[in-house]
Amino acid sequence: MNFYLLYFLVAASIFSFIAVFSLLSVYAERKISAFIQDRLGPMEVGKYGLLQTFADILKLIQKEFIVPTVADKVLFTVAPVIIFIAVFLGFVALPWAPDLVPASMNIGVFYVFAIISVEALGILMAGWGSNNKYSLFGAVRSVAQMVSYEIPAGFAIISAVMIAQSLDLQVINYNQGILATQEIKFLGFLEVNKIGGILAWNVFQAPHLIIAYIIYFIASLAECNRAPFDIPEAESELIGGFHTEYTGLRFAFVFLAEYAMMFLVAMFGVTLFLGGWNTPFPNIGSFKLADYTTGIYWGIFWVMGKSLLIVAIQMWIRWTLPRMRVDQLMSLCWKVLTPLAFACLVASGLWRLLLF
Amino acid sequence: MKTALNGFLTAWKGLSLTMRHFLGARKSKKVKGIKEADYFEQQNGIATVQYPHQKLPVPEVGRYQLNVEIDDCIVCDLCAKICPVNCIEIEAIKSTEAIGKTSDGSVKRLYAPKFDIDMAKCMYCGLCTTVCPTECIVMTPEYDRSVTHISDLNYKFATMTEEEAQQKKEELEKLQAERQAAKLAAMNKAED
Repeated sequence: MNFYLLYFLVAASIFSFIAVFSLLSVYAERKISAFIQDRLGPMEVGKYGLLQTFADILKLIQKEFIVPTVADKVLFTVAPVIIFIAVFLGFVALPWAPDLVPASMNIGVFYVFAIISVEALGILMAGWGSNNKYSLFGAVRSVAQMVSYEIPAGFAIISAVMIAQSLDLQVINYNQGILATQEIKFLGFLEVNKIGGILAWNVFQAPHLIIAYIIYFIASLAECNRAPFDIPEAESELIGGFHTEYTGLRFAFVFLAEYAMMFLVAMFGVTLFLGGWNTPFPNIGSFKLADYTTGIYWGIFWVMGKSLLIVAIQMWIRWTLPRMRVDQLMSLCWKVLTPLAFACLVASGLWRLLLF
Repeated sequence: MKTALNGFLTAWKGLSLTMRHFLGARKSKKVKGIKEADYFEQQNGIATVQYPHQKLPVPEVGRYQLNVEIDDCIVCDLCAKICPVNCIEIEAIKSTEAIGKTSDGSVKRLYAPKFDIDMAKCMYCGLCTTVCPTECIVMTPEYDRSVTHISDLNYKFATMTEEEAQQKKEELEKLQAERQAAKLAAMNKAED
């Protein structure tokens, strides 16, 4: 019985984390965009507009559910649920700290990668079910984009997995710091099992993973439909893309899924490449900085801090770069990112074969 | 390959530009009127003026809401005639004797039972203020007027009540009738 209670508790806490994160990051997004454009952003609701997003969600909750008459009612109703649940389930496998992971599974990387591509299905259902040409356009673009960007992202992830030698996200995390269970080397020559810190992160264990991480980061922007890859919801051409017809709480769930997805891909990338919950401070001589800053609460702090930084960079990029054309998007994916990701994969293989 | 590299370089250029603005957002531009010497020096920082809380000082020659000092008006109707959009409506009743003097010494001989300016039609050209001989119609620095109904934008400046106007009309008619009678009498006399 307690077993199930714990399950519900874990699910509820992940959900409440997603909800709070979404509200705060929408606020942050509006503030960042405002500052970049020399504006102030929300200022009226609460001190510095802090309560603006809470007011927004209250408004969305009160709104009527409108289902277009010619919409496919079943698909239309189910789609936001599927979109949200796909992202929600992705959070299950991500580790937060040493010994703190909602569900420890030995194929974690594969699981997360598989479950977030279910979101494409939900988006296609939303677009098709709305029976609106703009929605369908947005959905088709979104699916094309997500499916093709999964290839460079996948190869970048595999090149990290080849260095880490495990598909278990928690094992990958352990092997990027002072708690490592196998021999880890900074740039392949300096053993850093005792030193830890930033030197033990995957990107510094094998420097070609920096390129792999950049590829993964760009591809992850495309997978969560963020600018400059936001052609699925291009407001100027497609109104709102696949969520044009959604109102009230259903729209809120689509929105929630988008922001949760941002955090999910950021945290996934941080776990695979940037040390996850490991501290950036190394042990220097008798200053055991890494030892001091490793633990459950420190772990949560580091993984949150790194992921939020990545989310902030996503926002920064969104408010800087203009939207790409469909053909530019595809040529970037197939002609630049995919060959580079292949090169990273080969480099990882050679790294493993020649240095160990 | 070259285009891809160029893409990353230009993307970085844009990102550093936005980062400069983001960091520049720590301070706001001061709310200053255009007359102040260093108005154009303020190039960086947040440009927003939080309007109801902060207001930009308006120039004295600015053209905003119209105001009529009805006691100074000689009801010459020039403003209504010059108005390009016909937003001023004036009715005039001749007085039986000189009513008084305006503040600049012109003699008033007409009553104004109706002096309406429809600010919804007004195009803020300011022509009425230039033609006014007694300078009773002026533009004020006030620019923020919101109303709940469009008819509230039709400003009424006349101070006479309808009874007063009616009384003045009757007086005028009586005088005109007397004059008419006098005229007729004079004409009859001339015929005889």
